[in-house]
Parts: sequence; structure tokens; C-alpha cells
Amino acid sequence: MLEPGIEEKTFVLNLGPQHPSTHGVLRILLEMDGEYIAKADPVIGYGHRGHEHMAENRNYLQFLPNMGRVDYLHALAYNQCWCMAVEKLLGITVPERAEFIRVITNELNRITSHLLWFGAYLMDLGAFTPFLYCFDDREHILDLLDRVTGSRLTYCYYRFGGVPSDIDREFIDGCFAFIDRFRSRWKDYDNLVTKNVIFINRTKGVGIITPEMALKYGITGPNLRGSGIPYDIRKSEPYSAYPLFNFEIPIGENGDIFDRYVVRLAEMEQSLRIVEQALVKLPNGPIMAEKVPKRIKPPAGEVYQAVETARGEFGIYIVSQGEVKPYRVKLRVPSFATLSFFPEMAKDNLVADAVANLGSIDVVIPEIDR
Amino acid sequence: MIIPLLKGLATTLKACFSKPITLQYPEVKRPVAPRFRGHPELVINDDGDRRCVACTLCMVVCPSNAIRGIEAAEGENHEKYPVAFTIDLTRCIFCGFCQEACPKAAIKLNNLYELAQYDKSRLILDIDKATQEKSQLRMADWL
Repeated sequence: MLEPGIEEKTFVLNLGPQHPSTHGVLRILLEMDGEYIAKADPVIGYGHRGHEHMAENRNYLQFLPNMGRVDYLHALAYNQCWCMAVEKLLGITVPERAEFIRVITNELNRITSHLLWFGAYLMDLGAFTPFLYCFDDREHILDLLDRVTGSRLTYCYYRFGGVPSDIDREFIDGCFAFIDRFRSRWKDYDNLVTKNVIFINRTKGVGIITPEMALKYGITGPNLRGSGIPYDIRKSEPYSAYPLFNFEIPIGENGDIFDRYVVRLAEMEQSLRIVEQALVKLPNGPIMAEKVPKRIKPPAGEVYQAVETARGEFGIYIVSQGEVKPYRVKLRVPSFATLSFFPEMAKDNLVADAVANLGSIDVVIPEIDR
Repeated sequence: MIIPLLKGLATTLKACFSKPITLQYPEVKRPVAPRFRGHPELVINDDGDRRCVACTLCMVVCPSNAIRGIEAAEGENHEKYPVAFTIDLTRCIFCGFCQEACPKAAIKLNNLYELAQYDKSRLILDIDKATQEKSQLRMADWL
């Protein structure tokens, strides 16, 4: 009950656009009621580059490098999605070895994405050391991927009908060495973070996404699985060579930050399992389909292709009118749905928790703006 | 309560006794992978001529219009060669499509990665600067 003469007032606080914990140029208008957030309003579009429009102005191959820039942290999955969508339009079957190479590189890339989230998120929470550990591990994968794809971040490795260059013995040995090394690091991560009481107190029971809300907002990926719903495109709509491998879908119980953290860590282990199996089973054969036309001119039609990226379901919808350029391309990005939920998460919480929540949903801002 | 924190601290202290993983960057440089994609350059033959036959396939395939202004000339034996060729590194996205499209293996992405310049115009390479030997964009005097 307020004293007479004192008005009830809220004030507006800007979080971002240049804020270390927004991981990109995201601005959030926080309407503050004292120390608590009354309303949060994300303002997006600072990193808008017009990818969908660019797709209409260039041919199918020329749009491929753009995919690595939509979400630069898990670029290979986006590459793969575009290639698979166009292959579906053209009716090309990718040789098995190429599919295996795609799966191996894709899963390694997923681990780099989760590792970067892990390090950057703990830095948001004020823990500096884990960042150094996981960047050390990440560097090993980047070296491996650099060897195969030729770049460290914005990969552009897959082509329509397969992959342009084969993997070599040194890469395979490097992968096995990395898997052993990374598995030996789990103990360090557990000691540093998972068992750390400060971290547990900070994250347990905070930023809860209930399964109903997650479904309502269309949240996918680790954020949805953290709420206990085992939905993974790799299992529910299997693509590429994924049906050939044994792996599990880790799920959480309460949908809080800690569960999402555990899910991501468990997912890295599952990715290691997939890479291991794929390297053992790697078949010989061609890496490129035979009948890929030089000039990509798919027949008129529409196609939708979804893949599971490190952030959730990424989908591409192409409308082709039989020209060299697509008529319309729609990109369905997972981070957008996740960020839409953020205002509900942040409501009636402290600013410090808002930062913890925002980091835990692992959004990539350029992907939202695209 | 305190034991997990001590365990974490022990993990950190363990790193004091292991070899550092960092490189002293400007003095020590990481070797890049053979497939590393630096900036595109024109390859020369053993006898010092450019391999390019000015077919403009790289210009057509380039997603960001970084290659432009190719002008062809014809030699005595009707062989074609370029007299003008511009590689605009301010536009280049290092995708390597030009290298894949080239039927003569005449354009290749080299392994340079320190491409920052004070003057933007230095990044727009004409035919001479884009040729293999002369495409050293490294700044020698920056240390």
C-alpha cells in the first residue's frame, strides 16, 4: 500500500543493443518496477541483412555461402538444409559416403556451438575459467574442420549432390584423438561447473519453460528438450544418414536453466557417439552424385526441408518457378520462437536473472534478424 | 558446500602445472590447413605467364560480385589472356567458388589471413596486384 502523495511509477531500462550478455545486437526494453521487471520487450532487427530477399536475386549455388552466415555457430547444419532442400527439388540422391561425411562434420560443428554457448553463458553468470577450458576444446574441433572445409567459422562445405572434397586419414585420426580427449574432460567440467554450488543455486528453479508454454510458442531444440519433450528432427523426421546410428535424445525434467544446461552437455556426448559410429562405419565410394547438372535449374515446385540445428528446428521453404533463381525462400529459424518466449520468462524477475535467462535460451541474434 | 568449490579450484590450479596452450600470436603464427581459403589470386605458370584465359566463369559464379572488370585480349596464336582483372577484397566472402569454377586452375585461394588495411583502396586488387607473386597483402611494418 503506497503512502498518499506517492505515485506508483515504473521506469524503462535499456538492455543492449551493445551489451555483452545479449550475444549480438539485441536491444531489450525493460520496464522496471523497482528491481523487478514488469515488462520486457525485445527489439530486433539490428543485424538484418535481408537473406530471404538476397535468395531471390541470386542463383541456387550463389545463395549457399549465405547459409553459413545466418547462424554462424552451427553453419554446417544450415548449409546442409539448403543443399537438401535443393536436392529434393532436383531429385538428386546423395551417395552414402557423402552423407556420412556430412553427418560427421555436422555433429562436430554442433559440439563447437554448444561449447561456445557453455563458455559464453558461464561468463554471463560471472565464471570466467570454464570459458578458457571449452575454447581450448573448441579449438581442436576448429582445427579439424579447418582441415576439411577450409575455413574456421563460416563454412561453405556441402554442395548439391554431395561434398566437394573428401576427408583424409589425418582427419579421421584427429577425430578419434579428439573424442578421447573430450571424454576425459567431462570430469573437469563437472568439477568446475556442474557440481558448483554457486552455479546450482543460480540456475535451479530459475527461468522455467513449462512444456505447455514451450509447445505454445513453438520452441524447439535443447530448450524444448529441457522441458521434458523428446522432440528431435533427427529422430522424428530422420534425414541424411542419421537413422543408421544409435543415439539418444537427452531430456530434462523441470525445464529450468540447469536442465537446459544438462541437456546440452548430454547432447555433446551423443554427438560424440554419432561421430564415433560414423567414422567406424564410413563406407567407400563416390562423394558426389553423378547426375548433378552444371546449371542448377530445378523444375517448378515447392519444397520444405527441416534439420535439427544446435538451437532447434531450422526449416527452409523454397518456391521454385523453374528458373535459375528461386522465386521465394522462407527461412524458419529456431531462435525467433525462443526469443518470443523471453518476455514471459523475464516477467517479475530480477535483471540479474533476466541476463541468466537470456543466455540460457542460446539465441543467435543474426539468425533472428536474418 | 565448500568441498565442490575447492574441487573446482583444484581443477583450475592443475592448469598451472601444464604446458600453456596459447601462442604468442604476432611473433608465433599458427600454420593454416592446406585447404584454408585466403584471398583469391591469379596463378602463374613456370614461364611466368598467367594461366587465366579470361573466360569470365569466375565472374559469373561469384556470389558477391567481387570479381569484375575482366577484359580479354588475343595473342598471336589466338590464345586469349586477360588485360584487366579486378578482385575486390572488400566484397570477397572467401567462399572459393571461383577456384572451383575455373577450368584452367588459374585462380586460387591462397593462405593469407592478415588482410586488414588502413587504406581501403589497397584491398581492391588490379590485375598486377592480383597475380600470385605480388598479392602479398601482409603489412611488413606493422610490428
